[in-house]
Amino acid sequence: MSAQSPSARNETSQSETRWPRQPFTPLQLAIGLAVALFSLGTLAAGLTVGTPNYPIALFGALALATVARFWWPVSFWLDFALFLYGTGILFSALGAGGEIGSSFWLALATLWLLAWLFAERLSQAIAGGSASARFGFIVPTLFGISILLVWELITRGAGIPTILLPPPSMIFDRIMNSWPILLADFRQTILKAVLVGYVLGSGAGFLVAIAIDRSPFLKRGLLPLGNFVAALPIIGIAPIMVMWFGFDWQSKAAVVIVMTFFPMLVSTIAGLNASGHIERDLMRTYAAGYFSTLLRLRLPAAAPMIFNALKINTTLALIGAIVAEFFGTPTVGMGFRISTEVGRMNVDMVWAEIAMAAVVGSAFYGLVTLIERAVTFWHPTVRDGRA
Amino acid sequence: MFQRMMSGTLGPVLVVVTALMVIWYGFAVFLNTPWQNDKNTRAEVVMAPMEFVGATLSQKRPLLPGPHQIAAELFKTTVQTPPTSKKSLIFHGWITLSSTVLGFAFGTLLGIVLAVAIVHNQTSNRSLMPWIIASQTVPIIAIAPMVIVVLNAVGISGIVPKALISTYLSFFPIVVGMVKGLRAPEAIQLDLVHTYSASPWQTFWKLRWPMAMPYLFTSMKVGIAAALVGAVVAELPTGSAGGYGARLLAGSYYGQTIQIWSALIAAATLAALLVLAVGLTERLVNASMGARP
Amino acid sequence: MVISAKNLGLTFQTGDGTVEALKDVNLEIKAGEFVSFIGPSGCGKTTFLRVIADLEQPTAGTITVDGKTPAEARKARAYGYVFQSPALFPWRTVEKNVALPLEIVGMDRRQAAAHIARTLELVELGGFEKKYPWQLSGGMQQRVSIARALAFDANLLLMDEPFGALDEIVRDRLNEQLSALWQRTAMTIAFVTHSIPEAVYLSTKIVVMSPRPGRVIDIIDSPLPKERPLDIRESAEFLALAHRVREGLRAGHSEDS
Repeated sequence: MSAQSPSARNETSQSETRWPRQPFTPLQLAIGLAVALFSLGTLAAGLTVGTPNYPIALFGALALATVARFWWPVSFWLDFALFLYGTGILFSALGAGGEIGSSFWLALATLWLLAWLFAERLSQAIAGGSASARFGFIVPTLFGISILLVWELITRGAGIPTILLPPPSMIFDRIMNSWPILLADFRQTILKAVLVGYVLGSGAGFLVAIAIDRSPFLKRGLLPLGNFVAALPIIGIAPIMVMWFGFDWQSKAAVVIVMTFFPMLVSTIAGLNASGHIERDLMRTYAAGYFSTLLRLRLPAAAPMIFNALKINTTLALIGAIVAEFFGTPTVGMGFRISTEVGRMNVDMVWAEIAMAAVVGSAFYGLVTLIERAVTFWHPTVRDGRA
Repeated sequence: MFQRMMSGTLGPVLVVVTALMVIWYGFAVFLNTPWQNDKNTRAEVVMAPMEFVGATLSQKRPLLPGPHQIAAELFKTTVQTPPTSKKSLIFHGWITLSSTVLGFAFGTLLGIVLAVAIVHNQTSNRSLMPWIIASQTVPIIAIAPMVIVVLNAVGISGIVPKALISTYLSFFPIVVGMVKGLRAPEAIQLDLVHTYSASPWQTFWKLRWPMAMPYLFTSMKVGIAAALVGAVVAELPTGSAGGYGARLLAGSYYGQTIQIWSALIAAATLAALLVLAVGLTERLVNASMGARP
Repeated sequence: MVISAKNLGLTFQTGDGTVEALKDVNLEIKAGEFVSFIGPSGCGKTTFLRVIADLEQPTAGTITVDGKTPAEARKARAYGYVFQSPALFPWRTVEKNVALPLEIVGMDRRQAAAHIARTLELVELGGFEKKYPWQLSGGMQQRVSIARALAFDANLLLMDEPFGALDEIVRDRLNEQLSALWQRTAMTIAFVTHSIPEAVYLSTKIVVMSPRPGRVIDIIDSPLPKERPLDIRESAEFLALAHRVREGLRAGHSEDS
């Protein structure tokens, strides 16, 4: 895709210049100037405002010195090293318990700008071919880490009430100290409600799609309805399901079944129609029966669409199970924990559940994606690594 | 005439809907029978079969109300109740609608800005895209009530927190759709404007943006439905000033199944109307861009 | 007689009224012949092939394939069909693609493996068994699809503009290979094309068709020898034959304008 945009084309032509010095884009120039400005501020504030803070001032001086990159070839890895160093300095400043003044915030801004500049230069180098594409993972990882760092440093530096937003370290502590509770919630919500509902809902959607596939009449009647229902706030049936199936996981699984059913139904029907006319004519010349055609042609051709629904359904299943618990549960489960701990203002526990939901959700999605790649390896989006 | 109708879409849809209604009534009678039996035994009443069926379909708090009961409740709470009353579904609909639309507007704007950044800047593409996708695998909507409660605790209340949840849910389809749309121009078309030595700005407004329009509207339809879900879930915490989510929760507390169902149908109708509104806008925009109707 | 059509007609109902895709087609194809159908688009040449294959139903006249109706012939797997595009299944390797019709017939695996090896050898694709279609060039993909059509051992091969999407150079080589294949196997081939040199080079019989309504306007028996090197295309007989075909096509055109 990079070969298509004119800007990428420019970068490729510039890649012949000598490593490590790259021509600077206007954006990099702007960030570089901002780094200079903020590091100068950090240096000044570190020396003059309140009690002098020499480590921070030193960081400011070093960051200021990197302005040299505009005249001499300075590797962008130096920006990265400086980013790591600055992070250490700021954490030790927090740990020292001294006052958090303007130098701290200026240094934080410098730090963030350095990370940005590094990411810009690294991705330029990768696009230009002067840095290995193996470093590609660094950019998003750095982005994630910077968010966590800024979150941690701001919440602790500014003394933000933990009720509003606890620092990541506190959430991590909470996770480490509450394993048994988290595990019990995981078992209740994920292993029972989500998995059972996901399998039954997606399975039922798949089977119903295959069943009505033979009747064009039912297909014409059900497809618009399915599309309509898939856009509705189905989550609203949670209170009804709780009324019908009781407080335990069965009612949550029922919500998940209904939520995952329609995307699967619609996608499978659309997928079964995805095989081309020529391929179907081909099967006809073989006098292949309905099931032979279904098995050998239409289901494999439908696989990409089916996996799309399976991926959407991983998220829907988690949402359904957790939200349904707001309408009544036994005293265990992720949704139950979130709603009760919010009531008690134990926000760190809530965030611990969110972190678990995030990890479980991503892992679930990732697992389905892996299976998808193995099954639909032939599909152009997977072949080109664009899936 | 009849055959023409049945070979289109309308006929089959009507048949399927009718069949679903019949099944619904069957289930309603079946599900409400035990309670009716119980009541009849206690009151020592014996009913004729037809009378019994009628009784199961006119309970005050049925396990599953019949469609006509929901229709009656909907009629009562929309037409016969003044829109200013707290019992009016129009009153609650307005609350849900306003935060949905506000959040959706934010989400669309945010989505477009992010997509433009991703398409035009390698670093944004590399750093943002994985996280945008990951953000959707996280069931953040599940903490919507918490966000509301916490923001309330620090004095931020009203429409904005709810709109934030809607924003979060609606921006993702827009980003993904717009990134696809802005990249829709083929190499040959980009080469063409390249031969004109067009500036990136001109390339954007004369090529990328018009080509992204169909993608934008498709994802806006998904996005506005998601925004409504966000608004409804955000209204779940008790003490919320109103909206369909609050109606659902209140209904579930007091076992008012008819109220739950009518709120659900009202929310569904609202969702359909919103998607329809986006579809109409799409037609207007297409017409002004000279597309064939 | 492999194919025999009598007064064959086919009309489609469309939004703008009826279209006569085929009208009064009378044609006989004997075993071992290589018959080309040539004509401008809309002349019904593909439709005729599809009627033979039971992919379209005629609305008038009769047609027999191997003495049976097209439906019976299809169920007896009497022919192989090569489409305009290779239509290979991207999730199957080359050998699995060729195996597809054999799986459907229910041939046992060992016997099938021998068939596959032999047909891939016929189209000179030995060594590519484990490749996926998207790893092959367009010409190779079309050769796989020919191998797939041959896998049944049917004596009739129906080909619908199989080389239409390929460039001239690849096309020449595939024409040469197809001609050699036909000589070796002695099968009957019905071949749709809109290239005059291709039709003349390959065929023993050329059927010239014309549109609105789709009909046969000339049937030419080729005087060329069975053995045909590529440079036969510069011979006087070849050029005379090509001229006659071109005249026929032009006559068909002047009639309707």
